[in-house]
Amino acid sequence: MNRKIASLLLAGSLLVAATAVAGAAEPIRIGLNLEMTGGVAAYGQQGYEGIQVLQQMMKLEALGRPVEFVLVDNKSDRVESANAAQRLIQRDRVVAIIGPMISGSMLAAGPIAEQARVPIIGPSTTNPLTTQGRSFVFRACFIDPFQGQIAARFAYDNLGVRRAALLVDVAQDYAVGLANFFAREFTRLGGQVVATQYLKTGDQDFSAQLTAIRAANPELLYMPNYYAEIALAAVQARRLGLDVPILAGDGADAPELVQIGGAAVEGLMHTGFYHVQAFSNPLAQQYVETFRRVTGKEPNAFGALAADSVLIVLDAIRRAGSTDPEAIAAAMQQTRDLEVTTGTVTIQNGDAIKPVVIRKLVNGQWEYLATVNP
Amino acid sequence: MNLSLEVIVQQLLNGISLGGLYSLLAIGYTMVYGILRLINFAHGDVFMIGAYTAFFLVGVFHLPWWISAPLTALLTALVGVTIDRAAYRPLREEPRISALITAVGVSFFIENLGLVVVGGRPRGMPVPPAFAGSYALGPFRVPGVTVWVPVLTLLLVGALLVLVYRTRAGMAMRALSRDIEATRLMGVDVDRVISYTFALGSALAAAGGIMWSFQFPQVNPLMGIYPGWKAFTAAVVGGIGNVVGAMIGGFVIGIVEIMTVGLMPHLSGYRDAFVFALLVFFLLVRPTGILGEPMKEKV
Repeated sequence: MNRKIASLLLAGSLLVAATAVAGAAEPIRIGLNLEMTGGVAAYGQQGYEGIQVLQQMMKLEALGRPVEFVLVDNKSDRVESANAAQRLIQRDRVVAIIGPMISGSMLAAGPIAEQARVPIIGPSTTNPLTTQGRSFVFRACFIDPFQGQIAARFAYDNLGVRRAALLVDVAQDYAVGLANFFAREFTRLGGQVVATQYLKTGDQDFSAQLTAIRAANPELLYMPNYYAEIALAAVQARRLGLDVPILAGDGADAPELVQIGGAAVEGLMHTGFYHVQAFSNPLAQQYVETFRRVTGKEPNAFGALAADSVLIVLDAIRRAGSTDPEAIAAAMQQTRDLEVTTGTVTIQNGDAIKPVVIRKLVNGQWEYLATVNP
Repeated sequence: MNLSLEVIVQQLLNGISLGGLYSLLAIGYTMVYGILRLINFAHGDVFMIGAYTAFFLVGVFHLPWWISAPLTALLTALVGVTIDRAAYRPLREEPRISALITAVGVSFFIENLGLVVVGGRPRGMPVPPAFAGSYALGPFRVPGVTVWVPVLTLLLVGALLVLVYRTRAGMAMRALSRDIEATRLMGVDVDRVISYTFALGSALAAAGGIMWSFQFPQVNPLMGIYPGWKAFTAAVVGGIGNVVGAMIGGFVIGIVEIMTVGLMPHLSGYRDAFVFALLVFFLLVRPTGILGEPMKEKV
């Protein structure tokens, strides 16, 4: 009789203990606001893949608690990105948000996170405006003034170009920004921008713009847009007999560029975040190996930067010793020389200080040209 | 800006190039409307299905084009017939507005189904060499597709006209367009003729989808939306219900669109707005379009 009661008591206390343990190990929820469909779905999907590879590579935890991700598809759309941020904060109660991947969407989602005082980090949002005057908006990449400047110098010094034409996506803050910074630096160096033409995300026919560009007789076509528009424009440029070299920004970096562009994008050069040969720290190498083993593919910039964003948030949680979003944001601002999959990262006013990598497409493969440090 | 005669001629060629593709799509739109008085808003999405079918047959199963193209037309025709059976036939006796609203629903359904089934990322279309390059005519460049699209469009329009005016099925279609009930009373299997119409319209959309993805070598689940709207505009501008009008409307829209960008480069972002402004203009000034006859009230 007594033994029965005792065992019941024991079972009861075990149950209580088990719940207590479960309570202590309650996961830390991090929101993912990613482009899983829509115009730049390649970035969101690559980003998500990078985070999954990171999960395979190491146990993602902080303060003894596991990490749980909540994924929302923002459909590559500004309004959807803002809604996604709202939903992750209000309904899912996440402590931090990773994504969107592109600047225009971050300009919509950032203010919402700022107001709710929850940190949000864009893995590849390069437009300077996204973090300006904000203390809860971050990025894991360099900013466009730096990227545009490097592109202009590369065109002027290394390629010897003096006459450049621009084809710019006016619907993307990223493309407009990059085009402006390129033009400013290129003219400062003594070059001339002989034609500037515009397109809009989702347009497919660029023959009118390219005809005008061809008439201006440039030596280089600078297209700081996203991959789908770059690929289609390259195909049409070649068909119109515009055979000058093409230079692009990090937006060129997606397998679709080669799939759609085919022979037309052969020789295309771009400034970007990543090349497997560019970074040699142990974590970067481990990431490259895990990525190859898990996916059977070569690692890409967007996966690596999304993984970096996770590492930056987790590091901040550990240093803050808390999962309070305000404490995490404050700690993220203090990130110094953190080892990540793309070298090391330091954060200054929400921006990551990172080198630019220049690559060229040769026989359908990205060839590593140079790394330019800030 | 550099506006030489050479540039203007090249821009005209660009406009014809784009316009030919709109024409091809618009004739499918206008045919279904001409016979059923139904604006099939899902036509652009059938066009997308056509492009994807060709993409899978050629890019994934590696079938040669001479098999893939007819097979694509056939499969897409089946899709069109299925859409009619599932979505429009149950509403045949209902007011026309119900079918119109359903068409919008079908359009959203196909787009989202596409996103689920094939994912949101665009894929590169394998383009046969005859369509991949361009021909140089002196200083001008004409893409391969542009040479073939007008030829194909003319052939298809010719075949359609023969079919509509010289065959019994065509006679049934024309009778249907006048009065469905009376035609049914005459012993014509109306549902069969309508299936036939959808099959033809969808096969035309497939031809448009293939040509479009040759010109702009990619496929994605939302690729049909804007071409669909432009083709609808072309059909209205040309005179909706009129096959030759749709062809002319397509070229008008293509040239207007290209000239907007060519003459006002800083407004390129608003090219669609110019096209739809043209639609509004026609609806206000000449609602029956370029070749349309004034509407007669049925007695």
